[in-house]
Amino acid sequence: MDRLLNVMTAFSVLLIASVLSSVRRAHIRVEYSVSWLIAGLVMLILSRWMAALDWVADLVGISQTGPAAAPLVLLMVTGTLFMIVLYRISLRISSLKDSNIALAQRLAILEFHLGSLNEKAKAPATD
Amino acid sequence: MKLLILIPAYNEENAVGSVIEEVRAVMGEVPILVVDDCSGDGTVRVARDAGARVLPLPHHLGLGGCVQAGYRLAFELGYDYVIRVDGDGQHDPRDIPAILDALRREDSEMVIGSRFANGSGQHSGFLRAAGINFFRAMLRPILGRPVRDPTSGFVGVNRTALALFSRSFPLEYPEIEALVVLQRKRFRFVEVPCRMRPRRAGRSSITAIKSLYYMAHVLLGVFVNVLKFEGRRK
Repeated sequence: MDRLLNVMTAFSVLLIASVLSSVRRAHIRVEYSVSWLIAGLVMLILSRWMAALDWVADLVGISQTGPAAAPLVLLMVTGTLFMIVLYRISLRISSLKDSNIALAQRLAILEFHLGSLNEKAKAPATD
Repeated sequence: MKLLILIPAYNEENAVGSVIEEVRAVMGEVPILVVDDCSGDGTVRVARDAGARVLPLPHHLGLGGCVQAGYRLAFELGYDYVIRVDGDGQHDPRDIPAILDALRREDSEMVIGSRFANGSGQHSGFLRAAGINFFRAMLRPILGRPVRDPTSGFVGVNRTALALFSRSFPLEYPEIEALVVLQRKRFRFVEVPCRMRPRRAGRSSITAIKSLYYMAHVLLGVFVNVLKFEGRRK
């Protein structure tokens, strides 16, 4: 179990470091880094603080399953956190896609109108 | 009466020119707008050479986004009727007058050119036939009436439906969901018999593998639109 907890610790530290590095390089916006940082911190805390892990295991009712309870809880919490982050990202992507489509349509229509105006301006006067 | 023929096209350089010529042969000098969904081939050039106006999109939006761009422009330009003809040559422009006549009778906001409206027409394969039958059965209780060809893209709309679709139009696989969008507003549709031909060139965007995704996507889209129903009102 210790090995699993150590792996989770290393993974969460790597996640936090990667997110902070991406924020510093402006590869990810600060508002979108918050969810990942929270997820990484929760994983880090739970992987190093057995009492907290036991408390969560007791809370969700799997503390009776023996020594497998702690890693099970950790994996469950990690999975839940990632699902929440991914759901938030899906919401954001959907909103951005809608905006993107509306913008692309608007741009095309404005270019169409501009082209029509240019054609009218170039056309010789009939009277 | 202002009529626009709307042709959504994506990589249809081998077919769109003859589609425009056929429309011209049937409808004379009626305005034709080709909405090019960022084709990688010469669709824009061919369409312009054939005498159509072209609305080139800055990047690929998919069929729904492409058609809606055309509807938005048509609405801004004040068109009363828009008839959509696919750029792959499957729709026979000789059926356009029948769709226009049905639209002008003013008893419906949308007219569908249907392969099966008079009981004839052939499915192009077992899976497609099964899919169409499935959607017919699913739409029957939602629409409160039967629809024979729910996947047809040969569609005419009047200005009322144009206003609706320019604001709200399904962005992927739009035909079936558009019927439910229409029903949400208690708009009416009719089907008129039309001929459907094989594609002139290119391949359908719906492959066998994509069919399952298509079914799931459309089912979810219909479900979401049903949830948005505003209650029964005339």
